[in-house]
Amino acid sequence: MNILKILLVDDEEEFVTTLAERLELRGIQTRWATDGEEAIQMIESDPPQIVILDVMMPGLGGLEVLKRIKAQHPQIHVILLTGHGSTKEGIVGMRLGAFDYLMKPLDIEELIKKMQEAIKSRP
Amino acid sequence: MNFKNGWARLIERFVLQSEDDSPDRYRVLRRNLVMLMILITIIPLTIMAVIYQHEYQSSIKKEIINPLQTLANKSKHSFELFLEERLSVVRFIASSYSYEELSDQKTLSRIFKVLMEEYCCLVDLGLINDKGIQLSYAGPYEFLGKDYSKQSWFQEVVVKGDYISDVFMGYRQFPHVAIAVLRRTIEGSYLILRATIDTRKFDNIIASMGLDLESDAFLINREGILQTPSRFYGEILDHYPMSFPRGNYGPIVIEEVDPQKRDMLIAYAPFIRSDYILVLVKPRSAVLKSWYTLRTRMLFIFAISVVIILLVVLKLTDTVTKRVKEADEKRELAYREVHHAHKLSSIGRLAAGVAHEINNPMAIINEKAGLMKDLVGYDKQFGNKEKFLGLIQSILQSVERCKEITHRLLGFARRMEVQHVELDLNELVQETLGFLEKEALYRNIDLRLHMADDLPRISCDRGQLQQVFLNILTNALAAVKDGDHITITSWEENSDTVAVAVEDSGIGMPEETLRNIFEPFFTTKKGSGTGLGLAITYGIVKKMGGNIKAESKEGEGTTFTVYLPKEAKIAPGE
Repeated sequence: MNILKILLVDDEEEFVTTLAERLELRGIQTRWATDGEEAIQMIESDPPQIVILDVMMPGLGGLEVLKRIKAQHPQIHVILLTGHGSTKEGIVGMRLGAFDYLMKPLDIEELIKKMQEAIKSRP
Repeated sequence: MNFKNGWARLIERFVLQSEDDSPDRYRVLRRNLVMLMILITIIPLTIMAVIYQHEYQSSIKKEIINPLQTLANKSKHSFELFLEERLSVVRFIASSYSYEELSDQKTLSRIFKVLMEEYCCLVDLGLINDKGIQLSYAGPYEFLGKDYSKQSWFQEVVVKGDYISDVFMGYRQFPHVAIAVLRRTIEGSYLILRATIDTRKFDNIIASMGLDLESDAFLINREGILQTPSRFYGEILDHYPMSFPRGNYGPIVIEEVDPQKRDMLIAYAPFIRSDYILVLVKPRSAVLKSWYTLRTRMLFIFAISVVIILLVVLKLTDTVTKRVKEADEKRELAYREVHHAHKLSSIGRLAAGVAHEINNPMAIINEKAGLMKDLVGYDKQFGNKEKFLGLIQSILQSVERCKEITHRLLGFARRMEVQHVELDLNELVQETLGFLEKEALYRNIDLRLHMADDLPRISCDRGQLQQVFLNILTNALAAVKDGDHITITSWEENSDTVAVAVEDSGIGMPEETLRNIFEPFFTTKKGSGTGLGLAITYGIVKKMGGNIKAESKEGEGTTFTVYLPKEAKIAPGE
């Protein structure tokens, strides 16, 4: 498997740092950001292969960030995290070009599976 | 304006009295309405009847008393005329004959004979000198030389010039009246001519009054001694048993109770020139007979009116009270439904908020525990590895449980959105039954389907409708014992509505439970239920513009009926 380079975006720092560490443990090169603006800057400086993006964030919302990423870097896969339990944002997000969505709290194995699927699906 | 308000408030206060919700409320309302209506109808009616009766009574009395008075007066005149006539004849004789002629026995007898022929009822005629000695006499008795000077009538005639005596019984036991006139002579002396009349003529005059058998007429003197026989009150010279007005007066009518305890109307007419009083007696009942029949008729009409009013008032009040009660109940129901819907949507929002807030810390716990698991798992030398992995696993399982709860809460909140598709309700119910058939089969529960063949297709949200029937059917399955049956029926309720009923022969539920069954977080499955199932069901059906009803009898089973509009209403945007 290629070394994955991903970006984790969530407003809960405790959540992102921990998840990032767990992904690092699994050999995935993970960076993280706690708001939309920061995430966009990081993507500009060094675009990752996959962005894991929380939908509900203060400031620049997840769906807005998703739109900008898809506008600038259509090749980057975006997996959405919805804390809402509702599939509504997920479906909207997928219509906007997200690869898939997962519900929080999430299962790390499932996340990794989804990321692998995303990489495989690259044209 | 103020007056009007005050009045309205007074009425309201009187009618409703209290605003409490006690079960007596409608009874009190009914009672007060009845009282008020009776008050405002019967009181004026009674007042009118009383006034009318009073007026009529007094006018009728006048009508009856007047003729009585007139008759008494007329008869009195007849008596007076008769007596006056006799008196003037005697006076004429006294003045037209000389003292010598009158004192001559023969001449007097001749005059008496002529008088007897011309005037009836004369009994005798005599001349008395100023010493009171009878000088001459013509008549059946031997009175010649009799001395009258000590008698009271003699004194009276000397003073007054003439005299009419009370009735007295003569020697032959016939009632008589004596009349006497004084004549002054040229010598300054006087003589008195005295005649006696029998009173047969009195009876004739009374007979000519034409009285009926109930009535009576007679003469009394001023001492109350009967001067003519009376039908009811005694013979001549008996004492008149009732009191009567003394003094001089015109004819008057008095109401009195006679010694026989009869109500009588009595007319008294005193004579002017003599001491007689004519008494005319008529029983009141006979006189006022027409009045009594009228009064009976009026009472009858009054009683009938009161009865009719009472019946109408009672019926009307019943109807009004019933209407008010129904309106109150409808309002209460509408209020409860609005309240319930409001509560559901508030709880929905609250649930969404709580679920979302809890989700984030849950995600952190999940990741922290996950990281611990990773670290422990990767560290080969970690002591108590198994124990730690077990602990972490149970944390992760708890997180999983929380996740389920929040998802369910969010699911409850999410029922606000509806997507309509056209679908066959029968098909949908059968499809939903498919999820439960295994359990039914396993527990040997008989599922009976009575679906209407020609049920029109309806427009609805398939997923949510499935949820509705799934909830109801799950409850039905939980309520029945193994081997019982569940009946599902569908029909077309009316041109706009179709209905599905799920009837189980299960344990049923008490009234109290039935009332709260659609309340969120109300559950009888302690520990295993969230109490949201039927609340969600209720919310969905209401959102679709339908209705859901639960009927239950303890020990007999429960029936849930879902009514759905054929064209689902578009719920106002959230």
